[in-house]
Amino acid sequence: MTSPFDSIKSWFKHPSLRIGAIASLVFLLIGFVSVLWTPYPIETVSISNAMQDPSLAHWLGTDHLGRDMVSLVMKGTLTSFVVATIAVAIGAVIGIPLGLAAASWGGAGEWAILRVNDFLFAFPALIIAILITTLFGPSAINAMIAVGIFNIPVFARVARGGALSLKTLDYVAAARLSGMGPIEIARRHILPNIASLIIVQATIQLALGILAEASLSYVGLGTQPPATSLGLMLKDAQTYALLKPSLALIPGITIILIVIALNLAGDGLRDQLDPKLRRLGGARGVA
Amino acid sequence: MIWFALQKLLGLVATLLVAAAITFIALDLLPGDTARFILGINATPESVEALREQLGLNAPALERFFTWLRGMFVGDFGMSYTQREPVAGLIAGRLGVTLPLTFFAMILSAGIGLPIGILAARKRGSAVDTGLMTLSQLGVAVPNFWFGMLLVLLFAVTLRWLPPGGFVPWGDNVFGALGSLILPSFALALPQAAILARVMRTALVDVQSSDYIRTARAKGLTMSEAVWRHGVRNAMLPVLTILGLQFAYLVAGTVIVENVFYLPGLGRLIFDAISARDLILVRSSVMILIVAVIGTMFLTELAYGWVDPRLRARRDE
Repeated sequence: MTSPFDSIKSWFKHPSLRIGAIASLVFLLIGFVSVLWTPYPIETVSISNAMQDPSLAHWLGTDHLGRDMVSLVMKGTLTSFVVATIAVAIGAVIGIPLGLAAASWGGAGEWAILRVNDFLFAFPALIIAILITTLFGPSAINAMIAVGIFNIPVFARVARGGALSLKTLDYVAAARLSGMGPIEIARRHILPNIASLIIVQATIQLALGILAEASLSYVGLGTQPPATSLGLMLKDAQTYALLKPSLALIPGITIILIVIALNLAGDGLRDQLDPKLRRLGGARGVA
Repeated sequence: MIWFALQKLLGLVATLLVAAAITFIALDLLPGDTARFILGINATPESVEALREQLGLNAPALERFFTWLRGMFVGDFGMSYTQREPVAGLIAGRLGVTLPLTFFAMILSAGIGLPIGILAARKRGSAVDTGLMTLSQLGVAVPNFWFGMLLVLLFAVTLRWLPPGGFVPWGDNVFGALGSLILPSFALALPQAAILARVMRTALVDVQSSDYIRTARAKGLTMSEAVWRHGVRNAMLPVLTILGLQFAYLVAGTVIVENVFYLPGLGRLIFDAISARDLILVRSSVMILIVAVIGTMFLTELAYGWVDPRLRARRDE
């Protein structure tokens, strides 16, 4: 007999999952702490303290406006996570029902959903962000929507694939024979069984979302001052990187560490949940 | 194959039409009065009316949409309101930077990524494999524009081997132009190469353990012969997909990386047009991006059908 607790314990024997999950949680925690407390407020500009080297007062130094880099990285990490998480939520909430419906309907309905899917897939988040920004001006919300729309076909595809592989199984047929409707079958039998697939995909899309947020904010289509994100810090650093490379290095390395952590967690999770799935979905450029 | 291609071509045309309609709705209909949007809220009614007339905004929406489409077919993208120049000329000039950059990056990423993937697959489980895959895990996580900033710091500022940014026009000095594209190409290519290496490795590993390779080995072929004769075609399928996708996303990535190196490409044109609220310019530049992305996807699907006869027979998906 294995209890759920044992299975969680065995998961953590997987090294990349353990490292990835713990590191991701640490970054998430850093982000959450910044809601309540940062060493210095990031809204206060103090030019006389600009571009300091690391010191006891400022562990990572200060930026071109004299703001504390540790505080900026904490707040920036939070923004990046929030944008990426909401983008994943948008993709999952719209994409999963679409995918399930496609698998359940078949025929013309499935065809239509697949075409919409292909169509959305052809739009890098950047193009969507350009359209939205031209209309409504730049903001972090634009980045969430743009990356979110990009995520829709990804989740639809995963949900449809998973549902198709379950559709022919006996217990689904039994449920149908007993008079259960398609929505009820999806909720009771399909969703719980494809949850693991979806969680793996969500982890990978989270990593992609962090990268996409960075790109969009860097070109001015995402987060706007006085808020900050890791991408926006890089945009500011562009001008001053020659004088002080650490301004570009610190946020960049933070992004890389978060993305690696999430990718390790995603890969490890996939290996644990289903060794047959050990394919490289991997990350690819979003923006 | 002809039926397959025709079917895909029909899909391409439909997709492009829908994309054009969405772009048109977003950048022409939704802003409401485009003339007012361009001129801002402080403009006088007379100047707004004059601009409306000049832009042909008084015609019905459907007519404007088809005028725009027809114009694009004959190379007439309209006039940029802010730059007072034909949009087609502006875009054509910028593509002279963006297109070569995208191609160089693609060639570099395939030239680096595929051999690394093949090497890792052949040495599976060895220290070489682990090392290369760890590197690729890192490469996948690096934002390309940030990598570009690092390259500038190292090769332009510290070592002074290459220019830190800007662009020497092709007409002035071909080598100067190439020189200003080297660092941006690497910035774009390396993260993509990392993804490509991983895909190539997985595809080859899958192939090496397949039944038909074992059969071929049993018939007396060496592993290399068997993989070469029977495996490569199969391994190329996932690789082709990723290559096609990568090209599409490289086009978008180029738009971002151009900012790092102050390259006068399509990206700068778009971002300047957005801040100047030059909707006509944004609309047509975005359409060019969309055509590049969707066109590449189309070519990938054709290549897919060419490599795998089974796909030609299948109607769905």
